[in-house]
Amino acid sequence: MSSTTDPRLLRRPPKKGIRISWADERFRAIIWQILIVGVVVAVVWWLVRNTQHNLEVRRIATGFGFLQREAGLPIAESLIDYTPQDTYLTALMVGVLNTLKVAVVGVILATILGTIMGIARLSKNWLVAKLAGVYVEVIRDLPLLLQLLFWYTILQSLPGPRQAMNPVEGVFLSNRGLKLPWIEWEAAHQSAMWVFVAGCVALWAVRRMQRKSQDADGQQRALWPWALGFLVAAPVAVWAAMGAPWVGDMPALRGFNFRGGLTISPEYFALLIGLVTYTAGFIAEIVRAGILAVHTGQWEAAEATGMRRPQVLKLIVLPQALRVIIPPMTSQFLNLTKNSSLAVAIGYQDIVSIANTTLNQTGQAIEGIAIIMGVYLTISLSISLFMNWYNAKIALVER
Amino acid sequence: MSDTIEAGLHIESVVRADAPPAIVMEKVNKWFGALHVLRDVTLNVALGERVVVCGPSGSGKSTLIRCINRLEQHQEGRIVVEGMELTDDLRSLDAIRREVGMVFQSFNLFPHLTVLENCTLAPIWVRKMPKAEAEALGMEYLERVKIPEQAKKYPGQLSGGQQQRVAIARALCMKPKIMLFDEPTSALDPEMIKEVLDTMVGLAATGMTMVCVTHEMGFARQVADRVVFMDRGEIVESGTPTEMFETPRTDRLKLFLSQILRGH
Amino acid sequence: MSDITLGTPAVPLAAPERTPPVLVAGPLAWARQNLFSGWISTAVTLALGYLIITRAISFIDWAFLNAIWVVPGGNQTQVCRDMKGIGACWAVITEKHRFILFGTYPYDEQWRPALACLVFVGLYIVSAMRRFWRKELALIWVGALAIIGVLMWGGVLGLSFVPQERWGGLPITLILSTFGLAFAFPLAIMVALGRRSKMPAIKMLCVLYVELIRGVPLISLLFMASVMFPLFLPDGMNIDKLLRAQVAIILFAGAYLAEVVRAGLQALPKGQYEAADAMGLSYWQKTAFIVLPQALKMVIPPLVNTFIGFFKDTSLVLIIGIFDLLTAGKTAIVEPAWQGFGIEVYVFVGVIYFIFCYAMSKYSQGLEAELNNRRR
Repeated sequence: MSSTTDPRLLRRPPKKGIRISWADERFRAIIWQILIVGVVVAVVWWLVRNTQHNLEVRRIATGFGFLQREAGLPIAESLIDYTPQDTYLTALMVGVLNTLKVAVVGVILATILGTIMGIARLSKNWLVAKLAGVYVEVIRDLPLLLQLLFWYTILQSLPGPRQAMNPVEGVFLSNRGLKLPWIEWEAAHQSAMWVFVAGCVALWAVRRMQRKSQDADGQQRALWPWALGFLVAAPVAVWAAMGAPWVGDMPALRGFNFRGGLTISPEYFALLIGLVTYTAGFIAEIVRAGILAVHTGQWEAAEATGMRRPQVLKLIVLPQALRVIIPPMTSQFLNLTKNSSLAVAIGYQDIVSIANTTLNQTGQAIEGIAIIMGVYLTISLSISLFMNWYNAKIALVER
Repeated sequence: MSDTIEAGLHIESVVRADAPPAIVMEKVNKWFGALHVLRDVTLNVALGERVVVCGPSGSGKSTLIRCINRLEQHQEGRIVVEGMELTDDLRSLDAIRREVGMVFQSFNLFPHLTVLENCTLAPIWVRKMPKAEAEALGMEYLERVKIPEQAKKYPGQLSGGQQQRVAIARALCMKPKIMLFDEPTSALDPEMIKEVLDTMVGLAATGMTMVCVTHEMGFARQVADRVVFMDRGEIVESGTPTEMFETPRTDRLKLFLSQILRGH
Repeated sequence: MSDITLGTPAVPLAAPERTPPVLVAGPLAWARQNLFSGWISTAVTLALGYLIITRAISFIDWAFLNAIWVVPGGNQTQVCRDMKGIGACWAVITEKHRFILFGTYPYDEQWRPALACLVFVGLYIVSAMRRFWRKELALIWVGALAIIGVLMWGGVLGLSFVPQERWGGLPITLILSTFGLAFAFPLAIMVALGRRSKMPAIKMLCVLYVELIRGVPLISLLFMASVMFPLFLPDGMNIDKLLRAQVAIILFAGAYLAEVVRAGLQALPKGQYEAADAMGLSYWQKTAFIVLPQALKMVIPPLVNTFIGFFKDTSLVLIIGIFDLLTAGKTAIVEPAWQGFGIEVYVFVGVIYFIFCYAMSKYSQGLEAELNNRRR
């Protein structure tokens, strides 16, 4: 407004007191809150008292001291070194890593498959659209647990290692899981990987600089030569400079089982297939809705200004579609992570499975469940925070 | 501004200056956060008086009438409606809501209830009226606004003008002593404005105390006892329609009048 | 496309009424437009068509032509084992379907759970019909659930008593999901209202409840129900496992439904609240007559979708050893004679789940389309 010299313009709203009367709205609100919070606190206190009493009667000591004891529990697959002589804490760490291993890979694959299926549902080819539609409908109408058991049963009913399916040289599929060729991991590979990571950062910086110069002189600059250099040429050069080691680690049948190569256990494989196909069914619908949410008028308006189709897609359509897609996508990522807890049903040793074994062995039920819930709450919260940050970022880009 | 209502057909005033005033506002102040939206507003409305409030958008006129039935709470000053002061006391709030009817710009009919149910809901639950009696009352007022044949329909099946007339009937069913109108014709297509204004003129003829936020100057000339001009949260000028429209004293009102006249 | 005009001779000047050219409408045109509209599309159609046909043929071979429907003696499964991978062994379903559907419920009394399932289905159908969306629906629910209780437990009306430990199969799945919904729904409404309340303490309690439950997997709640609930209760107070799982499912469902309801509350225009206030309705009158009827109607499709989710999620009770449909299926193939016929059993169980979920999902899609059409 104007004429700020008027002293009345600077007045601030007054504070008001509360009257102690049932007819005062704020007083009434305070009484209600005290009442309800009181009831909740009383119930919780009653439950805690009962629990304390029951724990005393059953002579269960509470506390997380058991974490330092020797676990003695065998774990079939682990990302870090682990033996049954290690502590429960280490065992649980293995479990968390196993959960993350399936969640991270699952989220990436489900996004890819879901996006393909979502676009396929909008295909002009009737057969493609119909097939994708049937896939989405069927996969969403069956319980995930049933699908997991189904995949696991199929993997288990595969022939043994000796009669393993061998579709491509070096790839074996048997009831022991999937065997893939791998390479001997050496320092050169390690360095090349780090160069690649550094290349990503450098590429991002170059892109920012290009944007700045474009703002200044209006010239558009190509990014792909930089990408080629940073992400392909540089790592290859480093790898070659360090002697270009390339020793294949081919899986081969030795006796009753395979040796060498990369192993994907049937449990992990079944869990991954189940989670990915199931979640992709939901992601497909989200992607489809996101694409449909961008009005055709937007395409027409943008093309009328003379932009080319890839530019329209990048600058006009995607930002709008992503705004619709990201919030539900976040909850699908969270769902996939939480659903990975069904691993316990097919014997993949994730955090739930290991914590469950731990609580059965030690009798520390409360601590065990607290650990499970704590881990998932942490993961859920991290994904939410990250996605909120990303969402806020693209919302800004839009303006 | 629609010129459908001829100036000069002024409805006889029924202001009862002897009776206690219907609405008293004394030095009312209100803030939205730090934004000062009502500044020392003082306004008395006598029983049977018809006041039209006008002013540019954002001048605080809607906030002013929403304070009268406490949809907004004022923070300083005094508002007395029908002899009851508006305070945090929920009992006085209930009493005032019963005595004051309100019509909104966007009708705000309940789309899941029939027209008649819209009218009978409050009499049944707030006035504790038997259902049959409430329905008879509802039909009476629907006849008054000339749409009794639509009683069993849902609001979505009605035109905008019809919906706003239902909204008026709904408010009247509570037998209010005061009626508030918050830009009742702003959301309507031009051809529907007349039917709503006619209904309001008819209501004015019954002697109802009315406070009306509107830009319909024809309506103001025909009905209003007094026109109040607001700008930036203050009452800048007030007087009879003739005084206000023909001999505006302040520059702000002159500017406002020239803008809305140019706009039409 | 448009310049291909076959069949109809060109009439000079006024030619308004013409039947469309064959290649613009009709099945041939349809195929051309939707299946063979370019060389990529044609290639994809042919490849997919080939795949579908060969897959379908081998599936029909496996599921029908080479399938074995009965085995001699009821458990001489060698015939099936010889056909493994070539033909399905539906004999496992022939032999075990009563067990999968009704668990260990006394064999001669299994008409009772069967009837209970029909009552459930009837209840769903009645609830889905707009005609019954009235207050009386609550009475129908109470009545139907009482009938189901009598049928399952017995002990009255000349029905023999069947303890809860012997219940199993489909009725358990339906009980867990239906009772879960019936109790979670009112809870969800209260929580959703609480979350939109102006009272900070109540709002915080509701936010805490919803976010905590939604942050952890259902399994952890079920584990809590199975191992921690007994610790919560005073001595001598014992609730059986099914009820404990039911409580966990209600708490779980309540949090998710609350978010759906909240979306409906948020979508309601502010003017509706104001009009109700201006008329002098109290908070509860406003909520009951104006807010909830409209808000809930808006969120029926997502509510049905959430319900489909719970229906599927009840299968997780398998992990804590409650005998629902999926557990019964898994248990049916534990017997040595029938080991290795998991695929057939899971297909059978899957078909049952699919029928329920597909019906619900079609219903919700239809409703959504209807609501969109009538949107004002």
